[in-house]
This record gives sequence, structure tokens and C-alpha cells, in this order.
Amino acid sequence: MIIRPFLILLATSALFASVAHAENVLRWSSQGDAMTMDSHAQNEGQTRTFAQQVEDALINRKPDLTKEPGLAVSWKLINPTTWEFKLRAGVKFHDGRAFSADDVVFSFKRAQMPTSDLKDLITTVADVVKVDPLTVHITTKGPDPILLDEITNIFIMSKGWSEEHKVAVPQNYNGGEETYAVRHKNGTGPFKLELREPDVRTVMVKNADWWGLKDNPHNVDRIIYTPIRNPATRIAALLSGELDFLLDPPVQDIARIEASGMFAIQKAVSPWTIFLGMNSGRKELTSSSVKGKNPFADIRVRKAVNMAVDVNGITTRIMRGFGQPAGSLVPPGVYGYDKSLDTHLAFDAEGAKKLLAEAGYPTGFDVRLDCPNDRYLNDEPTCQAIVGMLARIGVKAALDLKPRTLHFPKVQTKQTDFYMYGWGTDTTDAHNHLSFLSLPTSTTNATEYSDPKLFELVNAMATEIDVAKRDAMIKEASVRLRDAYSYVPLYHPIIAWATRKGLNIPITLDNLPHFQFARFAP
Amino acid sequence: MIQHFLRRALQAVAVMALATLVAFLLFNYVGDPVSNMLGQEASREDREGLRERLGLNDPFVVQFARFAGKAVQGDFGISYRLQRPVADLLAERLPATIELVFASAIFAVALGVSLGIFTAIRRESWISRTILAVSLVGVSLPTFVIGIGLIYLFAVTLGWLPSFGRGDVVQLGWWSTGLLTASGLKALLLPAVTLGLFQMTFILRLVRAEMLEVLSADFIRTARAMGLTERMINTKYALKNAGLPVITIIGLKLGELIAFSIVTETVFQWPGMGLLFIQAVSFADIPIMAAYLFMVALVFVLINLAVDLLYVALDPRLRGRAA
Repeated sequence: MIIRPFLILLATSALFASVAHAENVLRWSSQGDAMTMDSHAQNEGQTRTFAQQVEDALINRKPDLTKEPGLAVSWKLINPTTWEFKLRAGVKFHDGRAFSADDVVFSFKRAQMPTSDLKDLITTVADVVKVDPLTVHITTKGPDPILLDEITNIFIMSKGWSEEHKVAVPQNYNGGEETYAVRHKNGTGPFKLELREPDVRTVMVKNADWWGLKDNPHNVDRIIYTPIRNPATRIAALLSGELDFLLDPPVQDIARIEASGMFAIQKAVSPWTIFLGMNSGRKELTSSSVKGKNPFADIRVRKAVNMAVDVNGITTRIMRGFGQPAGSLVPPGVYGYDKSLDTHLAFDAEGAKKLLAEAGYPTGFDVRLDCPNDRYLNDEPTCQAIVGMLARIGVKAALDLKPRTLHFPKVQTKQTDFYMYGWGTDTTDAHNHLSFLSLPTSTTNATEYSDPKLFELVNAMATEIDVAKRDAMIKEASVRLRDAYSYVPLYHPIIAWATRKGLNIPITLDNLPHFQFARFAP
Repeated sequence: MIQHFLRRALQAVAVMALATLVAFLLFNYVGDPVSNMLGQEASREDREGLRERLGLNDPFVVQFARFAGKAVQGDFGISYRLQRPVADLLAERLPATIELVFASAIFAVALGVSLGIFTAIRRESWISRTILAVSLVGVSLPTFVIGIGLIYLFAVTLGWLPSFGRGDVVQLGWWSTGLLTASGLKALLLPAVTLGLFQMTFILRLVRAEMLEVLSADFIRTARAMGLTERMINTKYALKNAGLPVITIIGLKLGELIAFSIVTETVFQWPGMGLLFIQAVSFADIPIMAAYLFMVALVFVLINLAVDLLYVALDPRLRGRAA
């Protein structure tokens, strides 16, 4: 038998104990792994979490989601459709290649390719042009007030490295083989990818040459990520001291983690809204015995459903406090959020019944409620509770629980009358929520609610650069959408992080940690 | 003999084809992988385009023929979730599952056989009664409860053993082994016991029953009358005769261990094929699911084939008929 040189990999607590003296190792876990290391190939949370440790965008985000200079040091609008970015000088990729405007142009073109999963985030970008080695111009198809937000999603890859390893095109499943970028990453960011074993462990080490180190002198030497799928095991691993940080502690265990005295729990309201949608556009509901008309087409019925759902009951009893009652689809933390609009209609079963009677349904009606059972925290019990609440006003909702792989296509193809869904943002601007949840062309809007004035407002705010005018448009559109009652906003999820005492990681609102902001106590 | 073998082999191929077909039929119900593969903002055209590229819009027969045609050449396609060739992924995960199954089989057989013999010989002792009572727990408790219980006792409360993972592994060619490092061996203990507990209690009860039957047979009484020592009777005559059916059953149970390892691997985050499969199911990662089911079917078919042939080898009557 040929024995190769032994490749000893770091993993268990026994070994860490001895290593930890020499360097600060951050061991963390959550339930799932990133799908790929190719940050343009997937628009998904964990893939992005890994990307933002290793790579930089032109503009980066801080834990509170505000923007800060990344690979661009400054930017200005030189005409309504052209932004000029001055790039950071002297930056090197992890493999030693120098960073320049060529890499920026290359990365934007790559992110716009058909096999990129990020192309929908930068649809307004018309061209990216190198002016000199440290200047690029991004031109947009029309004025784009949220371009700066959108480009925080586009991580910059090295042109030379990508070409050398034949990954100038993002993943396509046609090739039938693994591309180099699935398990390798070469960025300019605070950490270098050292080892990538999908589903088993991912190891990153400090980039001692990171350009941001002098402003942000973190002391994390090594990061080891191990996904643990089973929640009970994840908690056990934390309590037994095998982990320093848990991204997604199960809510029912949070009190126990706190009681142990060894961990700190941080909470934050995430920029997400979980809601129900009602199809008010079709002639007749497909899942109801009411024929010839659509009960949801009547605004009184939609309003009654909103009044019958006790969101406070849901957030306190079912979410155990891990949800903030919602009245608005645009969540807090997003530009354009208006607290005065974020109050759910007061719970009033009697009033709801009266409205139903006025609308011609004194004994209610039946409809199918489509819900996922593996997507949102406690999605299944929430829907079960809603069925009970609706029964009180005579709406007999037949619950259809399905895994997300079966549930989401129903919404995307509008094959549902009444459904649970959630929306979070990548651009932190209300336009994202309003457009994806109201425009008829959106794949994530199955309400088929029609309001030409609303559509006009949402489309106009995409190109309006006068801030005051645009703010007014966001407000008006938000009010119009709320008053249509085509949705039942339920709650804004509250995220919780568990961190070992002696380690501080500021919570990030989008639930994607940035480890360059982590600090080990000396 | 050769004719018998050929007939058996042909049946095995038919079973494989059928198992794969049934598995493939089930994939119609796992949902749409595209909703996981693209971000939430993806447009309708993107989704349709990806579905077209993956061949998900083709009729069932075309999809199945394509899979079967490639599978016989060892090409299982590329995982939707991990974007890597399925054959590579299975090859990477195989050692973890095999080592786990191997360790739990040793645990189950060694402990099951010795406790079975003990409880058969010392039928009346209180130790035997206790062992039998406790073994009921092993049969009746579900694997994930046992696994979590062991984790809380040995990892959280006592802090002796790790709660998840495989520890340090050493590469021997393409095979990664956890058997050569201290942390690897420590990590193996809890999952192996969890996985093997049910089989252990099963073997214990089987050995005990067989031993009791043999011990009351005439030739044992004769041996006693001849004045042989108890030790000689128990090991040389009783155990040998009780052993034959036990060996057959243990062979079949090995296949079950591979199938049951799905739950154990999930509880302990053991990076084997079972964990890969579970994650594939929730993602609708059809290439992985198809390949895994194909492999498990193959393992069962091969074990059954081996047992069939072993019977022929062991039983002269079957041999005579075939010849």
C-alpha cells in the first residue's frame, strides 16, 4: 500500500485546546453549508457569508448594513447614468496578483453572464469601462438611485486567476464537471481560504496583508466552519465547548444557552417580512367551492382576513418572541421603512365576521392555504395557528404543508390562491420589496393584485434620483400596497446569535457574519 | 453451479433496474430543484432556462434512459447542491460510511455473540436477566434518541468524547481514514455504538435462542454423558452448531447497517453517504439521490447474491440439484 504524506487536518476539541494558545481560532457552525465558493454562481446566504470573508466588493457593508469603501475609495456621479469609482491602490489578491481596474471590469461582466446568479441584481448596469488602472466608470441604462446598494453584492475576482483556472464563466451545470472555483477562492479580503471540504469543514486563515487591517486590526487568526444539520447536535456541540459561535441556535434552546452562563446571546430584527398572500386577480379561486367569483377580489374579504389573524399571538406564543409583529411588507433596516406604516390591523374577529357578511359571505368560504414546512422558523405551527384563527370567522382554510422545493414553485408559477412567503433584501432599499411583491411581472408575487398607479410609482422610483421626490414615491406606494390588503404581513423575524464569552462578534442584520469585526478578548 | 450463478446474476440485474426505476418515479414528488439553485430574485426566464439545461422538462422516460445510460458507465452527473460530480462525492463519503458500519458491526457482533452465549449458559443468573431487560431498550428506542442521549452524556455532561464529526482523518491514497488518529477513534465511538446497538441486541437474542435450542439437543446430552467439560461442550459443540444461522443473518444485517446509517450520520454530522443523501432529499438534488439509491440497491443485491451462493456452497443438497 502506498501511504501518501499524512495530511493531518484540524478538527476536534482535544487538538484545538493545544492550538488555541498559539492563535485565536474561531470555530463556528450553522445548519447548512455554502453551495459553492464561486460567489457569482449563487445568490444564497451561506455562499455570500464565505464570499465576504475572502473577497471585497467595490463598496462593502458593515454589520449594521451601512456602506463603507471597499475596493473603491471614492465614487461620484458624473452624469445621471454614469458613476465614477476611484480604486484602492496597492491592493493584492491572495495569490499575489495586483488588483486593478481590469479585475473590476472582468468581475462585473462575469456577474452579468447568463450562468451567473447575480445578474438579476445588476440588471440596470449597461457597461463597465476602465478609464485608467485605478478608475472605472459604471454606466446604467437609466438613472439608478440604488446602484451603490446593488453593487455591494458583486464581489471582485482576479481576472488573471480566473483565466488561468478556466473559471472566467460562472458555474454552469452543463459541463458535468467541477469548476476550479467551486472549492477555491482568490480574493482581496481579510481571510484566505485554506481548506474547503464541502459539508465537512472549511478553514480560513488571517490575511496578514489585508488592506483594511490597519483601520480594523482584528485578532482572528483562523476560522473553522463545520455545518451541523441536526439542531440538537448543534446545541450539544456549543454547550460542550466544541464551538465558539453558533449562527442559528434553535429558539427553544436559547434560554438554556443563556442559563449556562458561558455564552452571550445577541438579537436583532432582520430586514425580512414573513407574510401571507391572497390571489385577488383571478376570476375564480382554484381551491374553493365558491364558483363564479373570487372572494379575495373583494377588499372587504381581504381586510377581514387581515383582522382575523392575531399577529401578536403568533409572535409571542409560536415564535417565542423571535418575531416582531408586522404591518408593512417593507421591514425595518431598509431604506424607505416607515414605522408608522408597520402596525398590523387590530385583531378583531367580530369586526372581520361583519365585513365578511357585508361582502356576501356570512358563513365564510373555503380555500386552500399553501405553506412551506422547512423554510421559515416555525412556519408549520404558524400556519396551523392561522387556520384556527380563520376558522373563527368562518374561513375554512385547508392547510397544504409542503417542503420548500414543492412550495416555492407554486408561488413562482402562481398556482396558489393563498400562501405563505417571506421576503428579505439584497439591496436594503424599499424598491426591492415593493417591486418583487407588487409588480405583475415578478416571479415572487402570486397575488395578481392590479393597481396601475402602484405599478407606475414602483417603476418610477427605480430611476428617480431626486431623493425627496423618491421618498414620497416610496411612501405613497407603501400606503397603496398596504391599503389594498392583498397581503397579510405577519412578522419580521428576529435573529439570535450565540457567542462564547471572551469572543465578541457584532451581529449583522442580514444574518451573514463578518469575521473581520470579531474580537477575542486578550 | 454456473447455471445457478447465471440465473441469480440475471435476477440481480433485473432487481437493480426495477429499484432504480422506482426511485426515479419517486423523484417526481421531491419538488423542483431549480427553486433552490437560483436566488429569490431570479426571473422566470432564468428558471425556465436552467430547467431546460438540466433536462428537467424532458419526459420521464427520456430522463430515466439518460440516467441509466450514463449510470452503467459510472457517470452519475453533477450534484445540484454542491456542483461537483456525484461519483467524486460518493467516493469521498464512502470511507466514512464504511468505517462507521464496520466499527458498529464489530461492536454488534462481538458484544452480541458473547452476551448471547453468556445469557444462554447462565440462564437463571440475575446478570442475564438484567442484560435481557436492558437489551429491550436497545430494540425499542429509536436511533436518534439513543444518539442524542449518548451525546448529552458523553460530550456535554462528561466532556469525554466529541459530539459531532469524524475527528482528524489521514489520507491513504483516495481513502480517508479516521482509524489512525486518536481524535478519529474517539469520534467513531458514539456513532458506532448508536448505529450498532439495535443490531447488537438483535444478535444477542438470536444467539441466545439458537444456543438454548442446541443445548437441549441429544448430542449435547451425549457429550455431557461422555464427561466432556462444560467449556468444551459450550464452545466446541454448542456454539459451532448455533453459529451457522447466525452468520447468515449477520451478513444480511450488514446491509441494513448501511441503510440505517442515514439517521446516525445525521445525528452525529458524520460525513458519510447517508448524510449526503439526507441533504440531497431536502434540496431535491436528484443526481445524488439517484446515485445513492442505485448504490444501496447494489449493496443489497450483492449481499443477497453472496448469501444465495453461500447457501449452495454450504448445502450439498442444493449443489446436487443444480449439477
